[in-house]
This record gives sequence, C-alpha cells and structure tokens, in this order.
Amino acid sequence: MEFGLDKPLVDIQNLTFRRGDRVIYDDMSMQFQRGKVTAIMGPSGIGKTTLLRLIGGQLKPDSGKILFEGADIPTLTRQELYQARKKMSMLFQSGALFTEMSVFDNVAFPIREHTRLPEAIIRTMVLMKLEAVGLRGARDLMPAELSGGMARRAALARAIALDPQLIMYDEPFAGQDPISMGVIVRLIRSLNDALGLTSIVVSHDVAEVMSIADYVYVVAERRVIGHGTPEQLRQHESPLVQQFLQGQADGPVPFHFKAAEYATELMELSR
Amino acid sequence: MLKQIQQLGANTLGTLQGLGRATLMLFGALWGRPRPLKNWHLYMKQIYVVGVLSLLIILVSGLFIGMVLALQGYTVLAKFGAEQMLGPLVALSLLRELGPVVTALLFAGRAGSALTAEIGLMKATEQLSSMEMMAVDPLRRVIAPRFWAGVISMPLLALIFNAVGILGGHLVGVDWLGVDAGGYWSAMQANVDFQQDVVNGVIKSIVFAFIVTVIALHKGFDAVPTSEGISQATTQTVVTASLAVLGFDFVLTAVMFGG
Ligand SMILES: Nc1ncnc2c1ncn2[C@@H]1O[C@H](COP(=O)(O)OP(=O)(O)O)[C@@H](O)[C@H]1O
Ligand SMILES: [Mg+2]
Repeated sequence: MEFGLDKPLVDIQNLTFRRGDRVIYDDMSMQFQRGKVTAIMGPSGIGKTTLLRLIGGQLKPDSGKILFEGADIPTLTRQELYQARKKMSMLFQSGALFTEMSVFDNVAFPIREHTRLPEAIIRTMVLMKLEAVGLRGARDLMPAELSGGMARRAALARAIALDPQLIMYDEPFAGQDPISMGVIVRLIRSLNDALGLTSIVVSHDVAEVMSIADYVYVVAERRVIGHGTPEQLRQHESPLVQQFLQGQADGPVPFHFKAAEYATELMELSR
Repeated sequence: MLKQIQQLGANTLGTLQGLGRATLMLFGALWGRPRPLKNWHLYMKQIYVVGVLSLLIILVSGLFIGMVLALQGYTVLAKFGAEQMLGPLVALSLLRELGPVVTALLFAGRAGSALTAEIGLMKATEQLSSMEMMAVDPLRRVIAPRFWAGVISMPLLALIFNAVGILGGHLVGVDWLGVDAGGYWSAMQANVDFQQDVVNGVIKSIVFAFIVTVIALHKGFDAVPTSEGISQATTQTVVTASLAVLGFDFVLTAVMFGG
C-alpha cells in the first residue's frame, strides 16, 4: 500500500508525555509535510529533544499517536520500528560521531550495517556524501581532530548516507561560529531540496530558523502556542509568540523562576 | 531504626532492579541469531583490547605470585623436611585459588573498568542513541562482542597466570633455593588431579569471567551520562566485581573442595 503523498510524513496527534510527575507535552498535535523544512522552536528544556526521541521511537508517549508514513510508531513491533528507523535519520546535538572510527568509517557505518555492497561502491557513496557537506578532504581524520562545525557536518553526511526520507536536526545551530552556522543553514536547505527530504529542525535560534523553515511551530508550556509560515508568525497576535520571536527577557514568560517575594526573602535572611 | 530498615529495603530493591536490568541487557545482547561471521572483526578487536592488552599485567603478577608462593612455602616446608612438596604446593594454590581469583581481580581493574568507562562515555556522548536511531542495536553491536571477548579471554588469562606462576615457583624454589628440579615436577604430576584441580579451576575462572564482564558492561550501560556518573560507575565496577568474585569464590570452593 503506497501511502498518500499529500498526507504529512509525520503526524502527531494528541500527544501526551510525562517524565515522572512532570508533564512535558499535554495533548499536542503537529504535522510535518513531505519535502518541507518544518521547525520547532521553543525555550531550552521545553522538551524538543524529547519530541525527536518520541518520533524516533526511543521514548513512548503516555497517550496519543505518532504516525510516520501512516504507521503509529509507539505500537510498532521492534522489527517494524527498526525498519521505520532506516527511513529516518537524526542529527544529534553533539554530532555523536563514533570516536574510535575515522570520518570515512563513520559515514560508511550505516551502509555497511544495512547493505552488502562491495567496498568500492561504499567508497563512492561515502565520498559523495562527504562532498555534499564539503568534507571529502577530511575523510581520514578522526572525530577528535574535527572542529565543532566540521563534526556536525560529518555527522550530517552520516545521517544522509542511506538516503532517508526524514531527517531530524537537534539544535543544529547551537554553539556554532557565525561561518559554520551559515554553512549549516545552507546545507539543511539544499539537502532538503536536492534529496527530496523532509526535515524537522529543532532550535531556539530564531533568526536562523525563520530564514530556512517553510513552517514553524512555537512550543511553550507543554503545547503549541503558535504555528504558521515565518511570515504568518511575524504577524502572530499572541504576545507569548512575539516575546519568543523578539527575544524579550520578560513578558508573558517571566524572567524569574517562581520564587517568594524578593523583599520578604531578604528580610528573612537578615533576621 | 525505622529509617535504617527503610534504607535497607530501598538498597535491596535497587540491587534487585539492577540485577533485572543487567539480565535484560544480556538477554537483548545475546538473544537471537548470533552473527559472528559478519561481525567477526568486532569480536577479534575486543578480544585484543580486553584480552591481549591485559597480558602484561597477568604475566608479571603471575610470575611474582608464583615466586612469593615458593619462597613462603619453602620456609614452612623446610621445617618439616618436606621441600620436595614445593611443586604441588605452588601448583595447587595457583590452580585452585590464586589463578582464577587474582586474574579476576586484575581483570576487573584493568579491563572491567575500561569497559565501563568506554560504554558509559559512548552513552554520554549519544553514540549509543545515534546507533539506535540508525537501526543498529547497540546491545548486539557494542555489548555482545565485549561480553564474549571477556568470557573467552579471562579463563585463558587465568591459565596463563597459572603457567607463569608455576614457572616463577620453579625459578625461586629450584634455581635459587635448591629444591631438586625433577622432584619439583614429578611431585606436582603426582599430586595434581586433572579433574579435581585443573578443571575446577577453569570452571571457577569461567564463572568469574561471566560475573566481572557482565558487571562491567551493565555498570557502563546503566551509567548516569555525566562525568561524575561515569567515574562512579567505573569505581562501582571494580568494587562490585571484586566483592562478587570473592563471594562466589567462597561458594564455589565450598561446593568443589569442601565436604
Ligand atoms: N533522561 C531523562 N530523565 C528525566 N528527565 C529528563 C531526561 N531527559 C530530559 N529530561 C527532562 O525533560 C525536559 C525536556 O528535555 P529536552 O527534551 O532535552 O529539552 P530541550 O531539548 O527542549 O532543551 C527537561 O526539563 C529535562 O530535564
Ligand atoms: Mg535539547
């Protein structure tokens, strides 16, 4: 059964997820359209990485559906889940390159694990992927010898090694210098368009996200507080969304963590 | 008082949960069709890292323990004019006890701690997670080869330890203290029973290999993925594995040689 191409590739319906007593997501829904770059923005610690792990099936939701190509990820058997994961790819925040392998072997890793191709073809494939991220010359380096930006690009080459349908980026811009930031912004867009990928970008870097995303979800307080194209979001009437987009320190989301009255607390101390 | 009982209960529960998770890990790693052919280079590499790289410490320790045994044994035996029993004394001490136990303790310190730190770090740097997301099971790919490498290497290391120890005993007893060389070997042959002494010693070291390797892998896999978490897990591996080896040694000795 071929799944309808007009349907979203990933469809999250009424997702609720708790860690212990803490509710991370409460009845949240999101759609990720094929061929598009969809961004999820929100403050740190809101559960963005958690959401990617939910889509990848590493965590199970308390309720709700996570449909990938129409299949509900949490209900899949182990074998089906592993099949589904071959079609998706995740770029971890740290890059997560295998430290005991060279860049070349890192990129070759998924190919060697999942196919029985001869080494000559693997070499061609790896060099193509490395060329795409501009690291063909760095193939013999070890991960420890790469700069942060290069490590992330190498990890990106590994993530696209088997031509996935979905690629998820966890904070791809965090801790990058302006130049490698620009490189990664362009790579995400160009890989998405050239390879016909569907991309999910999780980030709190407003400017970069607004420049590449086709569609944006802003997440705060356990739910989606606003969504739309970048233009629509800029016009969004919610003060919460505006506070986040403009990076104001104080607003509907308070700067201060919940605390007792400042003066009272100081008085207590002096007593 | 109530607090202490609560604490005891919590500790017991924690230990049982740990055992449960270790069993699940092992099950996940070993269940199903093994693929040693596809991954044989992984197994070879781990046997090298875990086994071959532990050789030096095993050789040196074995030699010295054999020499000390001979020295200590000789002074006692000489009092009774029984110097010719030095061979059996060294061989039996090594085969039955010291070989398996000391090898296991050294192995826990040398290879076990390294395994824990390596796997804990792979977890902390999301290498295990990313492997999972690439549809490669880290239990099969990372844990299984290390498990087999430990279980295969350690008994062999214990045998090497024994052999070197016996040579060390010879060095001190025969070459230095002047025990009759022929007597050293022939008394050993006469008094060491293959089934009772050699096989039982090997069984011991297989059990210890299993215990030490599983504890090391489990502590790494279960480590809190932070710097303190990994350093704690590494310490725990050495402490827990050593205590477990000594405890099981008593039980096994009682079953094999007692009564
Ligand atoms: N393994 C875990 N165990 C318990 N709590 C966790 C774990 N991982 C993350 N959390 C908590 O879940 C929340 C969401 O985390 P995360 O998804 O990493 O946020 P983000 O990626 O948006 O910064 C955080 O408050 C974090 O403390
Ligand atoms: Mg995160």
